[in-house]
Amino acid sequence: MTLADHLPILPVAIPALAAPVALLAMRRRRALAVGIAFAAILAQLAVALVLMARVSGGTILAYRLGDWPAPIGIVLVADRLAALMLVLTSVLALIALLHGVVTRADRKGWHFHPLFQFQLMGLNGAFLTGDLFNLFVFFEVLLIASYGLMLHGQGPARLKAGVQYVVVNLVGSSLFLIALGMLYALTGTLNMADMGLRIAAVPAADQVMLRIAGLLLTSVFALKAAVVPLHLWLPRTYAVSTPAVAALFAIMTKVGVYSLVRVVPQVFGEGAGAAAWVPAPWLLPAALVSTVIGFAGVFVARSLSEQAAWAVIGSTGTLLIAVAGWSPESLGAGLYYLVHSTLAGAALFLVADVAARRRGSFGDTASPGPAFAGRGIVALLFMAAAIAATGLPPLSGFIGKLLILASLAGLPDWGWGWSVILGTTFIAVVGFARTGSAVFWKSAEGCETPPAPASRADMIAPALAIAALAALSAGAGVVSAYTDAAAAQVLTPVESAAAVLGEGAE
Amino acid sequence: MSYEFLVASAIGVLVAGGIFLALRARTFQVVLGLTLISYAVNLFLFASGRLVLARPPIWDKSVSQYTDPLPQALVLTAIVITFGMTAFVVILALRSFLETGSDHVDGDTVPCDAQDGLGDDGESGQP
Repeated sequence: MTLADHLPILPVAIPALAAPVALLAMRRRRALAVGIAFAAILAQLAVALVLMARVSGGTILAYRLGDWPAPIGIVLVADRLAALMLVLTSVLALIALLHGVVTRADRKGWHFHPLFQFQLMGLNGAFLTGDLFNLFVFFEVLLIASYGLMLHGQGPARLKAGVQYVVVNLVGSSLFLIALGMLYALTGTLNMADMGLRIAAVPAADQVMLRIAGLLLTSVFALKAAVVPLHLWLPRTYAVSTPAVAALFAIMTKVGVYSLVRVVPQVFGEGAGAAAWVPAPWLLPAALVSTVIGFAGVFVARSLSEQAAWAVIGSTGTLLIAVAGWSPESLGAGLYYLVHSTLAGAALFLVADVAARRRGSFGDTASPGPAFAGRGIVALLFMAAAIAATGLPPLSGFIGKLLILASLAGLPDWGWGWSVILGTTFIAVVGFARTGSAVFWKSAEGCETPPAPASRADMIAPALAIAALAALSAGAGVVSAYTDAAAAQVLTPVESAAAVLGEGAE
Repeated sequence: MSYEFLVASAIGVLVAGGIFLALRARTFQVVLGLTLISYAVNLFLFASGRLVLARPPIWDKSVSQYTDPLPQALVLTAIVITFGMTAFVVILALRSFLETGSDHVDGDTVPCDAQDGLGDDGESGQP
């Protein structure tokens, strides 16, 4: 084997090695730790791009850990979707880390950089694994790191929200384990590809158990994706997190969506016999309600970061409306929107922080405050982020929503999707206009202008996020062609089963 | 009374107690509830390889029946993870209590003395 054959393990191995090294370097030489963190993320980005180039032709790389044959050992599977998520994760991580370092948020505690790397390890592992129990383990890795990152900086507000976040996710992990236990008892395997082949053979007497297991698994992923009615943990957690961390968390809800997209077609797809598409009928109503509630939250939010958190819920709902179509066109459009909405959510959190740093005691509350220094530029950044999050031209949100609407047109329930997406876009426009005019337009009488920050360097990260969104809209043709191909690949699990299980499988 | 019934009812009782405690308002009770639920989940995972008595756990050509070893490995992983998580949530609850002066899960800042009355566990005011 050459080094190129070990490519799929590198996105997990690089942060796993970088984290302890950064921890050791942190005590004596902080600059070295920061350098290690950036180098690790750049290496992950490079590996993700190489992986993407290798799988974009349609090949599926299956990496057998310890060279154990597939259904017995654990496999990592790199296909188009996994590579896309890896590239997205490392781009987002680069932007979030840059903001954390520039705003000195990483200096509030000793463990920011190691935890950040462990978070990336969990995310990359969850995107690559081909084994359900291994998915659980990587979920736990990313959750444990996220608990630490979420509490970074401390303070009563974070601790309060932190207890709720941890308790909710512990219950979610228990449900995940129950679902795994049932699926293992019924099919005798934990490998996703193998389970997809064996699930049709589950006897009729056990179909009820199989349905319960499938729906439990879907509920766990919906909890991670913050789908209504399982969304209540998200707004407070994200609004009180350190902004650089909240920006990285924009991809956490997408992990839930990714797991749904990965597991439902592969395990409960066409070949599942009586249990085919068990979770499908529940997804569209939940997605529609999430979109409405998320953008209603955008409308009534009291601060910019709270608004960004609600926008994350709303955009995840919009994304799931597309996913719930389960056709190659709608899933492809949804994946394009997934990339967009992750970056747009991160941009909103970062801009909220840039504004809060200049408004003194007003923070990012959506009420008229002092006329702070550099208001014009911050207002422009906010406007660009808001345009992206709502889905107005020229940024990629518009293209994403257009693709989703076009792909829904051929499906039976298109009326619901169209009216909810168009209606919530309007609500979001009004909501962002309201907070934007309160923060950037009006001025409160008689309050002192807070001292201007030393530099404008903290605007780099949000500007980079918006530049990435602009690039996404400029390259929409290329990206959407790739996401369409990824969706088609995900919806034909036979190919991936053949790649994972070898030639002998059906 | 069969072995299966005993294990199944034990899991059921643990989950029922765990859910009851997890829905209480104080963090200590919630932590106990989560612990009970995780015990139940571990037992459940263990039983997912079917309950087999007095059989070797490792496959051998000479035996026809054996205990499924995989759920035992899964349970081991799950125990380690839930142990770490429980330790973390205990420390977090303690820090939260010390910093906010309240051990309510919703972070309600009721003074500690006022919480000792009966009946305010489930119906404390919203923040």
